[in-house]
Amino acid sequence: MPRPFTPKVITANALLEGDVIWFTADDGWTRNMNSAEVLTDEAHATLRLLDAELQQDQVVGAYLADVSMEGGAPAPTHFREEFRLCGPSNYPGHGRAGQEA
Amino acid sequence: MYRYSEFDRAFLAERNAQFRAQVERRIDGFLTEEEFKPLRLMNGLYLQLHAYMLRVAIPYGTLNSAQMRQLALLADTWDKGYGHFTTRQNIQYNWPKLKDIPDMLDALAKVGLHAIQTSGNTIRNVTADHFAGAAADEIADPRPVAELIRQWSTDHPEFQFLPRKFKIAITGSQHDRAVTRAHDIGLRMVQQDGAAGFEVIVGGGLGRTPMIGNVIKDFLPKADLLPYLEAIVAVYNTLGRRDNKYKARIKITVHEHGIENIQRLVEAKYALIRPQFTGIDQQMLAAIKAQLALPDLSANDTQAYDLKYKTDPVFRSWADTNLTAHKRDDHAIVTVSLKAHGATPGDATADQMRLLADLAAQYGHDELRISHEQNVILPHVARADLPALHAALQGAGLATANVGLISDIIACPGMDYCALATARSIPIAQAIANRFNDLKLEHDVGPLKLKISGCINACGHHHVGHIGILGLDRGGVETYQITLGGDGTEAATLGERTGPGFSCEEITPAIERIVQAYLDLRQSRDETFLQAYRRVGLSPFKAALYPEASEKNAA
Repeated sequence: MPRPFTPKVITANALLEGDVIWFTADDGWTRNMNSAEVLTDEAHATLRLLDAELQQDQVVGAYLADVSMEGGAPAPTHFREEFRLCGPSNYPGHGRAGQEA
Repeated sequence: MYRYSEFDRAFLAERNAQFRAQVERRIDGFLTEEEFKPLRLMNGLYLQLHAYMLRVAIPYGTLNSAQMRQLALLADTWDKGYGHFTTRQNIQYNWPKLKDIPDMLDALAKVGLHAIQTSGNTIRNVTADHFAGAAADEIADPRPVAELIRQWSTDHPEFQFLPRKFKIAITGSQHDRAVTRAHDIGLRMVQQDGAAGFEVIVGGGLGRTPMIGNVIKDFLPKADLLPYLEAIVAVYNTLGRRDNKYKARIKITVHEHGIENIQRLVEAKYALIRPQFTGIDQQMLAAIKAQLALPDLSANDTQAYDLKYKTDPVFRSWADTNLTAHKRDDHAIVTVSLKAHGATPGDATADQMRLLADLAAQYGHDELRISHEQNVILPHVARADLPALHAALQGAGLATANVGLISDIIACPGMDYCALATARSIPIAQAIANRFNDLKLEHDVGPLKLKISGCINACGHHHVGHIGILGLDRGGVETYQITLGGDGTEAATLGERTGPGFSCEEITPAIERIVQAYLDLRQSRDETFLQAYRRVGLSPFKAALYPEASEKNAA
């Protein structure tokens, strides 16, 4: 039996800044993960990834990342996505954690 | 220092202008990422987890003070005020913006530095013994040859699309500090009948399939080096597998075809191309050699040093760990540790870089080296100047007396930065260094090389660490495997895996148990960790690492 589809967001790096961004429901990109579009249907997710990948002039390397919806907002389930969200652990002020969304 | 010729300057300016135009076309939407990626990689530009990363080559690890100051300027102007020195004698900037890269490259070109071939399937930055030109045990300075190789390999039309990346390391000493046996080609200077030549080693490498290189030529006369290298790379370019990225390195080619076969093919190719090398390379080598000559070291009274050594225990401790014998007794090679306990291995702030540049200018004949062990070296310091140098380093957090000890850890950037990593390396290094600093044990433990990689690509050289740590993702959890008994010197050995891995929280106590086991079983203070390991093997350490398993076995 195929594994049930788990909630996902689309994430990428911004072309100019190189930083971590998430795809929104209105085909835009956000630096605040809470504003990302959460995808719960596999077919829809595949289509949305195609939409995201069309924006070659703004982003690099879009992909689907698993999230959990505890507390109503998307949160990373894998530590790699957690680090992308929070920035490097050796300089807490750098990266995402150091930026005001 | 090698000084760029008109040709070098013009080449680099043109290359930078090309890349500037490529970046503009990418930003303006005329190039897709697929088209742009190989172009940016050829110029050292990666896209990592949080940002772009620019990898700048420090050829054979050699810098002058002006270059070091320029590296600081880049860190301040286009990054977050620091740079990361890597295990391949490069410096990485972790936070540049795409539009700024062309300006960074132009700023580097002003001091004769570049990022060409620090990535991609090409011959990468040539690395060398970091004590080159100064070490007491050296046959000859390998850097002129390394510079010749840099010039030969840069933009070499035949070798821009190799099956995979290609790394060359060179040493001029009997004692191998350049890990030559773990490179695609390793060159060790040797003497035969009074003449200097090279032992040529091929097919070494770490990564997912670690292998110690094979000797393909016991003695290669110096003048034959370039055609011989060209023959090896040409054979690899033809035979190397392009169907499978994981089988594409020359170590697999050598493994699949056998060293005798490869040797035969290389000799045949060599015979064909040797006549094309008519001696111009040797003329160029002679000119390079003159530029990289040993500076004029005046005789120095060592009294001030001797007195300080006798009377100041902090200075003595630093001198005992961080100094290495120089060709001349009244001078020393100073290793400045970039491994302050709890700091990120290999990171230096722009202020620290500027201070090191100043100190090199004042006390070190304007020379600096970057080691693959992620430290900075002042190769020629008069012993009389060491007390003043030490005091200046102390003021900048650069006087940590731990070179060669357990807290002098090599660590790759790991998952804090690297897109390929499967686990973090830096926090593990920080925790281990802090723990052994708290225990005040590391000087008692003595020489111990601990190396950490955050994935099987092994940038942290964990296979050749006396203690190696490999970070993996096991079912969505960071897990750390330990190897013991690795050695990156002329007696190169791959470490042995101890058994199941440890979690982030468990790994520091696990390392402590290994070290405690060593202290308990060593025959004397003179028996190093590696010697003890070679005497007793894995089992006492395994018992210390996995006490529950050994209790179960005993029951």
